[in-house]
Amino acid sequence: MKPPPFHYHAPHTLQDALAIVGEHDNTRLLAGGQSLMPMLNMRLLSPDHLVDINRIPELAGIREDRGGIVIGAMTRQRDIEFSPLIRERLPLLAEAITLVGHRQTRNRGTIGGSICHLDPSAEQPAVAMAMDATLTVASQRGVREIAMRDFALGLMTTALDDNEILTSIRIEPWRSGHGWAFIEYARRHGDFAIVSVAVLLELDAASKVVRVALTLGGVCPVPLRLREAEKQLLGSALTSANVAKVAEQCAGIDALDDPQVPRWYRRRVAATLLPRAIAIAAERARARDGDS
Amino acid sequence: MNGGEKMISVTVNGQAFTRPVSSRRLLADFLRHDLALTGTHLGCEHGVCGACTVLVDGVSARSCLMLAVQTNGCRIDTVEGLAPDSGDGEAMHPLQEAFWSRHGLQCGFCTPGILMSLVELLRDVEAPTEEQVRLVLSGHLCRCTGYQNIVAAALEAARSMSKQAR
Repeated sequence: MKPPPFHYHAPHTLQDALAIVGEHDNTRLLAGGQSLMPMLNMRLLSPDHLVDINRIPELAGIREDRGGIVIGAMTRQRDIEFSPLIRERLPLLAEAITLVGHRQTRNRGTIGGSICHLDPSAEQPAVAMAMDATLTVASQRGVREIAMRDFALGLMTTALDDNEILTSIRIEPWRSGHGWAFIEYARRHGDFAIVSVAVLLELDAASKVVRVALTLGGVCPVPLRLREAEKQLLGSALTSANVAKVAEQCAGIDALDDPQVPRWYRRRVAATLLPRAIAIAAERARARDGDS
Repeated sequence: MNGGEKMISVTVNGQAFTRPVSSRRLLADFLRHDLALTGTHLGCEHGVCGACTVLVDGVSARSCLMLAVQTNGCRIDTVEGLAPDSGDGEAMHPLQEAFWSRHGLQCGFCTPGILMSLVELLRDVEAPTEEQVRLVLSGHLCRCTGYQNIVAAALEAARSMSKQAR
């Protein structure tokens, strides 16, 4: 089908964009369009005003800032994929981004668009949750920062007000030598993941866990941090018994349930992928320590 | 509310066009209906099948997921621009040659999109691996030929193009 009619705006500055969303009701921001355009074509949405923010240069770009990495909301997935800075400092994001859609959609799709769309199975919100990203949000009233865990309120629902625009995502890299893994199960490469797993890991010289983040995507309405499991692993070695105990907890998750992917199946895939991701992250953590 | 019309200027396959378009006009429909460039095919209209893939400022994109107004000032390349102009319409791009000789198409509906994605790959990577070719093709659906011959055609085109470049 074709999109319903709307008024089209193409502001060139953030200030102009904020004025438009501040002034009109029922507006939608058009970022990369790889989710919004299908929804418009299928008439799942009928905005009165479409605000195209693709021509605002200040919203795109990747930079280092006081030890953190700041990614503009309109930075395209393609640019994240090919960024040496991301590969070096945020290897989890570098690994996850290649699983986002296809080359042809990553050329347009943006990290901010994906985080605001907040599809339960999307990779970029899972990485933001895994890395405790801080989101900077602007409106005509000013700027505020929101932690990812407070931003993701529920199924495709964020803490953004109608007149606010996500401007950047700030991520603090883990120390050099940390282990990481982002793996997922989808029926075909590039399809929406049924379950994704993000693991970040720091081990000490005795191979004990000194820092860990375990995140599941696709299982719950928003990416799920397994905080209890993280606490259990802290200070202990990654023995198969310890990892199995953590994986067992997937059986108790209040997972999404639909006819194609029932709850029990999501739990089982999560319990299978989690130990695999921990093993990959542990391998990489050790390899880095060995190098230095 | 009709959303209004806007005037846009684009360069398609090297030729400049200025046209009024409705805001909600998809790029794919603009190419097909307003410019009569029907080589770009439209399959699913929600970004899954890849048939409508074109190059926008040199990178592949779904033309069903872009509005024509968004491309104001952009360079667009479609399948019609691939073959060199030989006067008799017989000449083909090396990639098209390879699709022909390797039976990389059957009904041909998906082919224009696949060609545009592969043109991008072969431009960026001189000797792509089969894995790289298959990853690019994962963004396209073909329901008759199967992908074996498409992969073979892409790899053959890569070889013949790097020979030509030498």
